[in-house]
Amino acid sequence: MPQLNRDVRHPVSLTLNGKKVQGHAEPRMLLSDFLTHEIGITSCHVGCEHGVCGACTVLIDGNVSRACLTFAVQADGAAVDTAESLADDEGELSALQQAFKKHHGLQCGYCTPGILMSITAYLKEKPKPTEDELRDMLSGHLCRCTGYVGMVRAVLDYCENSGAGAKAE
Amino acid sequence: MKPASFDYVRAASQEEAVETLARKGEDARIIAGGMSLVPMLNFRLTEPGTLIDISKIADMNYVRAGGEKVEIGASTRQATLERWPELSAKLPLLAAAIPYIGHYQTRARGTVCGSLAHADPSSELPLCLATLGGEVVLRSTDGERVLTAEEFQTGMLSTAKRADEIVAAARYPVARPGHGYAFTEMAQRRGDFAIVALAAVASGTRLRLGVGGVADKPMVHEWDMLEGGALDDALNEFAWDLGGYDDIHATARYRRELVRRLGRRLIEEAKSCRN
Ligand code: FES
Ligand code: FES
Repeated sequence: MPQLNRDVRHPVSLTLNGKKVQGHAEPRMLLSDFLTHEIGITSCHVGCEHGVCGACTVLIDGNVSRACLTFAVQADGAAVDTAESLADDEGELSALQQAFKKHHGLQCGYCTPGILMSITAYLKEKPKPTEDELRDMLSGHLCRCTGYVGMVRAVLDYCENSGAGAKAE
Repeated sequence: MKPASFDYVRAASQEEAVETLARKGEDARIIAGGMSLVPMLNFRLTEPGTLIDISKIADMNYVRAGGEKVEIGASTRQATLERWPELSAKLPLLAAAIPYIGHYQTRARGTVCGSLAHADPSSELPLCLATLGGEVVLRSTDGERVLTAEEFQTGMLSTAKRADEIVAAARYPVARPGHGYAFTEMAQRRGDFAIVALAAVASGTRLRLGVGGVADKPMVHEWDMLEGGALDDALNEFAWDLGGYDDIHATARYRRELVRRLGRRLIEEAKSCRN
């Protein structure tokens, strides 16, 4: 691949939440800034910009990733999924989001999109986590509001009643 | 927090990565998972002129078990190793250590070799490599060099890797029959940098303990089999030899105490899981 020079804006294409999008980025532009300022989505929050808080978590080709530790040019050609992908086209919340609402899994909501994306990836690998496993996974996110208890309840409820591991009717 | 400007090359092959590095020299850095490098870039603790991205090089993404060693390629993510079906049989020490590395979310991107190249004194993967007596494979346009863990990591965030070399692979020795392996660490929160990290190996006649987070690189000591008070004395001596320091997280005295107490507990655990 030819070198992408500094201080030049290069085209970057993504399949974002299933749709093709294109924008431009200097090599040093973080994926979090690209998604927010170039593409204009609002769910990729940044809390720390050094990989600690998890607010910016998105899926890149299905893998959970810190958007603040990824350069937009690295994601060129990839499929990126953000929290916008969760609700359906009419804005109806997904079952996981509804569980968060029901159990007070969010308050200000700043950390929530990243956490929802982590959970989405994690439950694909582990449809029925124990509470301990879930808390270990959530340790990769910081929430300043909820104390995590509501989130844990929400995910356990979701797994029990709606997720891939839900008990058969 | 935004990084300074740099040129970016996504290497399509190992050859391209090595050649680009030879051309750019000191001014270039390799990026794979970016879990350690990008925070440093964002803080502008480092300002390389070029980033060479090796994360998409397919033939460097592998976990390969030989008779004596498991070789892990440079673009292999920690999560790939974590999910490797033979991990607990072939590398029980790593099976115990990997859950302590960062978080689920960072292991999904961070690479095994990247952690070795970053050489943080409190990191789990360099500690395991040192304790097991593993090797690092370095490659440049001049060819290949293989260094032992001991030769490779020279200090805090520093290694014997030349600027024109990439860490091409890591080799972890396969678990030996009759040996027990155990890992533990103390951190302020789950996933934080370890205040002290410990790895132990016990055979029928020997004990080996590796300690991270105290000296400026992982330190390993080996003894003939010890029990009871003699083991406590040996651990106390080792703890003093490490030359710990005070920082905002812990005093040197507390670190020594962790080496003595956790070391003792961990060695007993390694003894009890000898197969
Ligand atoms: S903003 Fe990315 S982890 Fe905090
Ligand atoms: S809901 Fe406010 S930070 Fe988590």
